[in-house]
Amino acid sequence: MDKKMKKDTSKNFIFKMETLIEKYKIPIGIACAAVLLGFPYIGVNQYIMRIAIMIGIYSMLALGLNILTGYTGQVSLGHAGFYAIGAYTASLVSLKLGAGFIVSAIAGATLASFCGLLLGLPTLRLKGTYLSIVTLGFGEIVKMVLMNWDKVTNGTLGLKNIPRPSVFGLKLTLANNGIYYMMLVLLALITLVCILIIKSKIGRAFMSIKEDELAATMMGVKTTRYKVLAFVISAFITGIAGAFYASMIGFIDPNSFTFDISTLIISIVILGGMGTIRGMFVGSAILIAFPEVSRFMMDYRFVVYGIVLVVMMRFRPQGLLGWKSQMPYKFPKLAVQELEKRKKGNMQTQQV
Amino acid sequence: MAYLQVNSITKQFGGLIAVDNVSFEVEKGEIVSIIGPNGAGKTTVFNMLTGVYTIDNGEIIFDGTPIHNTTPYNVVNQGISRTFQNIRLFPNMRVIENVLVGTHIRTEYGFFDSLFRTPRYKKEEAEKVMHAVDILRDIGLEDRINDYAQNLPYGEQRKVEIARAIATDAKIILLDEPAAGMNPQESEELLRFIRELRDKGYTIILIEHDMNVVMNISDRIYVIDHGKKIAQGFPNEIANNQSVIEAYLGGVKKDA
Repeated sequence: MDKKMKKDTSKNFIFKMETLIEKYKIPIGIACAAVLLGFPYIGVNQYIMRIAIMIGIYSMLALGLNILTGYTGQVSLGHAGFYAIGAYTASLVSLKLGAGFIVSAIAGATLASFCGLLLGLPTLRLKGTYLSIVTLGFGEIVKMVLMNWDKVTNGTLGLKNIPRPSVFGLKLTLANNGIYYMMLVLLALITLVCILIIKSKIGRAFMSIKEDELAATMMGVKTTRYKVLAFVISAFITGIAGAFYASMIGFIDPNSFTFDISTLIISIVILGGMGTIRGMFVGSAILIAFPEVSRFMMDYRFVVYGIVLVVMMRFRPQGLLGWKSQMPYKFPKLAVQELEKRKKGNMQTQQV
Repeated sequence: MAYLQVNSITKQFGGLIAVDNVSFEVEKGEIVSIIGPNGAGKTTVFNMLTGVYTIDNGEIIFDGTPIHNTTPYNVVNQGISRTFQNIRLFPNMRVIENVLVGTHIRTEYGFFDSLFRTPRYKKEEAEKVMHAVDILRDIGLEDRINDYAQNLPYGEQRKVEIARAIATDAKIILLDEPAAGMNPQESEELLRFIRELRDKGYTIILIEHDMNVVMNISDRIYVIDHGKKIAQGFPNEIANNQSVIEAYLGGVKKDA
């Protein structure tokens, strides 16, 4: 009885909170936009700016991984591999071919998603742990290739002097806050894409696979196709983040894309809330900002990421922001209109 | 040839013959029950019908098209869908979302339609949502549309599973022990509901242990024991069949 009452009160609380947010969503949205847009002008130094941009980048990475792991339930421990492929490809395209940021980023993301396809296809039949091991292997293989393919990647020396992105000829840097706003634009786009995908038959297919893959198959969902699609979308988003990271920081080497990074990304997803969009921002903010708090934290941060993973999975697997919405299902506009039409039709027949 | 023609299907797992040369047929609009003791091979037959298992022998022909040894997708596409012995809903998805997954196979819009919210997407998404709402309304679950599937009482979860199967626009619905765990009142309601389904034009194949349901709703019955068909016929024939009674039947309740 006690547990049920606790559940009901928390559901109630969630409902009240969500109703409030829904009611005031426009002022809240404007306030958030104002904070985000005005952030560079509240007197933050370059150091803080860098952290903010990294939070943005890791939010993108988390959103990418979330599509595969949070929604489709396929755990990837090698996402640093896609991050690296995006970063290296974009950098090489802009360094060797002189292409602009957008072209380079798309090239990077495309190659990353192609690798997602190659990785997804043969691993279709693998369940749970086995798939995760393969993804872990993938991440390591990517790093190995980067370290040893000297001709192309410059091996352990890495790539330097990667150009900053430029828009209409204007170079975007930390100094002129261009990089910060580009991060916001990319993050907004990626968030939008994720929402559009999730709130459609594709998102439902992803979730059905996570919930009960056999039942999904038996209902006519082509689970193999959708698992691969999840890999491809996830890798594409991760690749974009990689391209942006490389362009922002100007220098990348294989050691920027280790298994530790894969762990960090998945810790963010789990801490924030698997299968939620909002959790990705909060998880990223917490895990990127906290090591800056003390030297000790910084040195042992990867230990902490691992501890976060274990503790969250044990005590709160849904993540900090992982509550189930208690608001009614949002019907598409045309359906709402149809329902209204029917209500009116009923009322008229009742009057008669 | 019958609407669903099943000819001498066999399924073997290593040394164990789970289904041994079973044949049956179902005409359009019939309600046919498959009964038999636990472990007789009834669910295995369903699994062979729906593409979960390949068949080692025989053929399954639906509306003139062979459907044995194809994918579950193909079977659903042809128009056969099922429910499960132990309920397999998507627990953390809402009731309406569960049913919407049923409409997935008939939903034509693709990735780019979703991404750019094209008119095709908007129209079809609304249509499918209305379809799901209508199915849930017909089944009496209108008030549960927004609820998460795992929060529903057992009987209603079974109904959601049936709604989801209907949403695939199936012509034949395979119900695997739909009355399991139901009290007498719920089974009566289920009876009524299955009759309504048939009146709407669905063909139903039922695996069931609840003899009240089986005897009162079936047009014909097949009895399976140890993987073999041991009897077939009308309910009153089956009720009086000696080998069936020996294999399986306990007390039988029949309406007049």
